[in-house]
Amino acid sequence: MAARGCGGVWRRARQRGVVGPGPGPGPSPRGQRAVVCNARGGAVPAGKSGVAPWIPVVGLEIHAQISSNSKLFSGSQVQFAAPPNSLVSFFDASLPGTLPVLNRRCVEAAVMTGLALNCRINKKSMFDRKHYFYADLPAGYQITQQRVPIAVNGSLSYSLCIDNKMSQMVTKTVRIKQIQLEQDSGKSLHDDTRSQTLVDLNRAGVGLMEVVMEPDMCCGEEAAAAVRELQLILQTLGSSQAVMAEGQLRVDANISVHHPGEPYGVRTEVKNINSIRFLAKAVDYEIQRQIEELENGGTILNETRAFDSKLGCTVPMRDKEGKRDYRFMPEPNLPPLILYDAKSLPANLNHQQVINIDWIQERLPDLPSVKREKLVEQYGILPEHSFALSNEDGLAEFFESVVKQTQMKPKKVIGWILNHLLSYLKQHSLTVKESPVSSFLLADLLNLLEKKEISSTAAKQVLAELWKGEGKTPLEIVKEQKLELLQDQKELEQICQAVIDGQENEVIMMVPG
Amino acid sequence: KKVSVEVLDHLEHLALVDFRDSEGVQRLQKAIQFADQLHEVNTDGVEPMDSVLEDRWCLYLREDDVTEGNCTKDLLENAREKVEEYFVAPPG
Repeated sequence: MAARGCGGVWRRARQRGVVGPGPGPGPSPRGQRAVVCNARGGAVPAGKSGVAPWIPVVGLEIHAQISSNSKLFSGSQVQFAAPPNSLVSFFDASLPGTLPVLNRRCVEAAVMTGLALNCRINKKSMFDRKHYFYADLPAGYQITQQRVPIAVNGSLSYSLCIDNKMSQMVTKTVRIKQIQLEQDSGKSLHDDTRSQTLVDLNRAGVGLMEVVMEPDMCCGEEAAAAVRELQLILQTLGSSQAVMAEGQLRVDANISVHHPGEPYGVRTEVKNINSIRFLAKAVDYEIQRQIEELENGGTILNETRAFDSKLGCTVPMRDKEGKRDYRFMPEPNLPPLILYDAKSLPANLNHQQVINIDWIQERLPDLPSVKREKLVEQYGILPEHSFALSNEDGLAEFFESVVKQTQMKPKKVIGWILNHLLSYLKQHSLTVKESPVSSFLLADLLNLLEKKEISSTAAKQVLAELWKGEGKTPLEIVKEQKLELLQDQKELEQICQAVIDGQENEVIMMVPG
Repeated sequence: KKVSVEVLDHLEHLALVDFRDSEGVQRLQKAIQFADQLHEVNTDGVEPMDSVLEDRWCLYLREDDVTEGNCTKDLLENAREKVEEYFVAPPG
């Protein structure tokens, strides 16, 4: 039976220091026993641990900031990093007498996203108020969609590599419970020394799509892969730029563990996860923490925890004030949002006031999965190569550009792209856009190699020189470093003869470089 | 049909208002009784109404243009406390 990513069952390793190969969670910060995903490849044979296996259950709530010029319900600008409170309208500040006015672009973004995630788009959806008190929520409530969200019942397929070497990929699916439109809150800066909180409302009211993923995942790697795929989809659609570092994509994980055949355990919510890498770490840590706690006879509290990236662990969040009562009520200032399709378009329509789901569906761009398949079909590369290409921003385009400019077969080009270009970029933390070696230069180099004017070893040398970005062409470097392959038959014979005759001096004179 | 202490605690916590004197509690009881009259109507099989305007109230969709903002000074004018251009709130 082939291993399929996370086997879904975790066992305790009773021996000290036993850590599974591959992207397992690593040893617990407390030092001793490690938890290993059983399908990882050989760390804990079945039955040896002597403890009933645990099934982790991971669900995700993802908030994606909508890429739009203005906010969800007001005309103030959406922009990262601006002077405090400069992108705030009277409505955003919740001044009395102001009303929400829905931004069309935000609705279109949510419909696109719902369609890309195979959801049913609700032709009638509603807005509600979710009440809680916090300094960055001036109205005392957030406008969201709790009763009837804009999209429901979708799915997201993502790929995982079974081993670290990316040689075998497996496809998994996670169900999308719903997508809802809601407002973002402002930002609080806590000043503990002066015992005060500084509030900037620039972000207050920015449109968000909350994507709720059902608890179909079972470990950090799956969660990370699902979020990564969602990120790529959002970026392809343009509905969100989904840059986690700028807070445009925020992920909260809901985690619990239970024994097979028993009901789901108590779940905890983990927040404050700032990157996809940390997401995997946070989820795995929390699963491990819960297992250890339960095996030591403890209980899991239904609480919210924050991920501390420095310590690599989750900690209870400080303002733990009991279960919140959000007192949901319909938003009285907004009637239901009605969407149309080709069949239900009203007769005398005002185009600006009508959103046609079918029209949007027809104009959806190729999703990442389709793009990857096309690369495989068109260029004969392996699925894992295609996956690696689309996983790095701009790399697929770079690859295609090189292929166009060289006679070398795509199957050979891909090696140069993934093994040399990509690893160099990673080593120096550069994006494809920042690459000192352009597709033109690389194609030039590969042509020399293809025409057998230089050897493969020489080509690597030239590439190393090209990285310096000194503006030289491959041909110039070859000439400079005398890396040309000898083509002249007679010259080659003379050299070989000299070697055979043991006349070292002549060999030194005749061999170039 | 008295309102329990737990409910009173919860309400005071949510509203951040103390109304625990007997007059306050009596008023609360009366308000709840008044609202409970709604239960006398049988609404089985009736779709909840969103608005008395029903289908005539169309949700207006605004174009995605930047038309507001840049009024920091006006916004901060009413703030009791500010630090540079930030509003100041109590900690936590």
